[in-house]
Amino acid sequence: MATFQLEFVSPEKLLLSRPVEMALLPAADGQMGVLPGHAPMIVALRGGVISVREGGVETESLFVPGGFAEITPTRVTVLADEATPVAQLSRNEAEQRITAAEKVLAELNAEGATPEKREAAMARVLAARAMLAAAQSA
Amino acid sequence: MPSLKSLRNRINSVKSTRKITQAMKMVAAAKLRRAQQRAEAARPYAERMERMLASLGAAVAGQPDAPRLLVGTGGDAVQLLVVISGDRGLAGPFNTNIGRFARNRIRELEGQGKTVKILAVGRKGATFLKREFGSRFVAEISFAGKKNVGFEDAAEVAAKITGMLEDGEFDVCALLYNRFKNVISQTPSEQQLIPAAVPEAEDDAAGGPQPQYEYEPTEEEILAALLPQNLAVQIYRAILETNAGFYGSQMTAMDNATRNAGEMINKLTLNYNRTRQANITKELIEIISGAEAV
Repeated sequence: MATFQLEFVSPEKLLLSRPVEMALLPAADGQMGVLPGHAPMIVALRGGVISVREGGVETESLFVPGGFAEITPTRVTVLADEATPVAQLSRNEAEQRITAAEKVLAELNAEGATPEKREAAMARVLAARAMLAAAQSA
Repeated sequence: MPSLKSLRNRINSVKSTRKITQAMKMVAAAKLRRAQQRAEAARPYAERMERMLASLGAAVAGQPDAPRLLVGTGGDAVQLLVVISGDRGLAGPFNTNIGRFARNRIRELEGQGKTVKILAVGRKGATFLKREFGSRFVAEISFAGKKNVGFEDAAEVAAKITGMLEDGEFDVCALLYNRFKNVISQTPSEQQLIPAAVPEAEDDAAGGPQPQYEYEPTEEEILAALLPQNLAVQIYRAILETNAGFYGSQMTAMDNATRNAGEMINKLTLNYNRTRQANITKELIEIISGAEAV
């Protein structure tokens, strides 16, 4: 089967670069499956799990807390601050993140911050919840 | 003429100084290699981000409601300078160069009647500028206690800058840091952060123009999320380059110090031997003339 190059890049280093058959991305407006030859796109990602298919089976699933993806017919580049294999996610850490993010959101709501700031905080809460969900399913 | 004992003491002290500078040079060389690797590893992200920004910037540019991070506030009365320097000394002219560069820039801007605010990253540059421009400081950030400066640290600095922009505390923001050209040469340089200098969309090296992208969600929304990230990436890169440059400069400085110490030891040893011989000759003359007098 045809493949495309999947790249995971964090600001600190190139995490992964290898040919895969299909990738499932948590795009901001909904789950999105990418096959080789996809039309060029730039999408924002919300917190969620990226799963990778090779040889007809799901070989890897990685959690990202948001980021961007650049899609071209031959390549998908995911820019994310971190990417953790779902099996290595810790439930405790996810819960801590939810608490921390909710606290920030509550503070912002209390002081009547700008909608953009509150939206960003809300996105972090949702990303942390997605992390917990992923950790529980693993 | 110094006594033999004092000469011996000086030779020994210079020798131990040489040992220290030699060790520091080797440590700096090892750290330089690691800093360079980290700078290398950070490059793919920056490159891809630049590519996305180029295509997005072209799509959004010229719109009246374009994000502030991209177009700035429209004015240029208040200038925020982010000065990045090393946290430690003993690195030759590294910190002084960036400090002097910043000082000239501040004077130039104030000469034009602009208000200058300083955000100092790194301890040495901060102390350098504080004497003269202490009242312009808005914040001082130091990574001295950290072993490795990570992306989160840069993101924190970026968040501070974005926060200040939203509060309307400045109009234009520029980054002053030592650009890492190679191990022996780092040049102080200025890079504009806000309004963002969007790179031109370049034709792919493989040939043919850049593909036309679709965006999901809209261009504006992606750009709003991408710009703060880009700011952090720029700062992160400057910090990494400063780090690599610092160790490069330290290595060169310590190499020079080691060589100077060697020269000094040679000179002192020569002096010591001459003095010793002069003493022997003097004693011999005394003995002989004493024997002749009898």
